[in-house]
Amino acid sequence: MPRMSLVESLQVLHSLRQPDQVVLSTMAAAREWMKLGTSPLDFIYAPSAMGEAPALGLGMALAQPARQVIVLNGDGCMLMNLGTLVTITAVAPANLVLIVCDNSVYEVTGRQQTAATESIRPPDRPVDFCRIARGCGFSAVHEFERIADWRQAAPAVLSERGPTFVVLKVEPIPGGEVPKSPAPPMDRARAFAAALQRSA
Amino acid sequence: MFTGPQIVSELQNLGITHVVWLPDSTLGQWEEALSKASSLSLIRVCREGEAWAIAMGLQLGGARPLVMIQCTGLFDSGDSLRNAIFDFGVPLFAVIGYRSALNKAANDSARTFTEPNLKSWGLDYRLIDSPEKLAELAAHYAACRQAQRPGVALIAEGKM
Repeated sequence: MPRMSLVESLQVLHSLRQPDQVVLSTMAAAREWMKLGTSPLDFIYAPSAMGEAPALGLGMALAQPARQVIVLNGDGCMLMNLGTLVTITAVAPANLVLIVCDNSVYEVTGRQQTAATESIRPPDRPVDFCRIARGCGFSAVHEFERIADWRQAAPAVLSERGPTFVVLKVEPIPGGEVPKSPAPPMDRARAFAAALQRSA
Repeated sequence: MFTGPQIVSELQNLGITHVVWLPDSTLGQWEEALSKASSLSLIRVCREGEAWAIAMGLQLGGARPLVMIQCTGLFDSGDSLRNAIFDFGVPLFAVIGYRSALNKAANDSARTFTEPNLKSWGLDYRLIDSPEKLAELAAHYAACRQAQRPGVALIAEGKM
C-alpha cells in the first residue's frame, strides 16, 4: 500500500492547529512545516541535536502544562533516542503529542536506509514503533498509513489525554534537503520564549 | 560531600524548579531529598543527552531547570549540550559529578578528561571539592544566571 504524502499529512495537522498550541518540528517535517506558514509558537528545531526533539518537547510540555505541545519527529530521530519514550511516560504530561513521520529512511542525507528499514531486516524481525511505545508506557497510540484515515481521526487523536504517540507512514521526498534555520537560532529561541510568556 | 537536604535547601534558595538528572553513586545519595522536595520536580532521564534538551525546553517555557549528571554523561551528551547552549543560546546550568577527582591514585580516564572537556566547550565551571564550598555552588549559579551565561558546578567525587 502506498504511504501518505508527508506534506498532505502535515496539512491535516496545520488545518487543525489551535493558536495556543506549540508545534516543534525537526528534519523533513520541519522543512515542510515551515512552508505551510508560521506561528510564533512554532519551534523549528533546526539546527538540531538529532534525536532530542521529543526531549525538548517534553521540557516545553512540563513548563507549559496549560497548552498542548505537538512534536513532529522523524523515524531516524526516534531510533536514535528510544529511551526518551520511557523518560516521557515516567512523568506522563497530558499535553504532549509525539508524532513520528516515518518514511523509513534518512531522507535529508540522501535517503539511506536505517536499521529499522523493512527491506534490510530479516523478514520475521520487523520494527514496530507503536508496540515499542506501548511497551514504554504510552496508552494513547496510533498508526496511520492512509491520508483519509489520518484526516478523519486527527481531531480525536489531538483531543485525547496524553502523552499521545502517533506514527504517520509517509513517503520520502526525493531530493529532500536538511531544513535550514529560518532565522538566527538564538533570535528564534528568544522570540519563542517571549511568545510563550505573552500568550500564557 | 553534601547531604541531600543541604543540596535541596540550596536549590530551593536559588529558585530551581526542575532537576533533570541521571545520578551516579555520589549524586544518587540526594535522591530521597530531591524527590521529596515540594518545590522541585525531579525528572529522570535514560541518557544524559536528553537532560540538556529537556532543560532547554523547560527554560524556554519559563521554568528554572538544573541538569545534574556525572562527567561520563557529559562526555556522552556533547551534541545535545552543543545544540542547546551554542546553537540556541540557552544558558543552562549543570551540576556534574567529577568521578575519581579525589582519588589521585585511581587510574580513571574519566578524571583525566573532565576538566579539559569543560574547557573545550568554554564552560565556566567551579570545582567544588570540599564541604565548605557549597556556598560557591550557589554563588556561581547566581552569577551565571545574572550574566545569562551557561555554567557548571563540578562536584569532586571519591574518598575525602
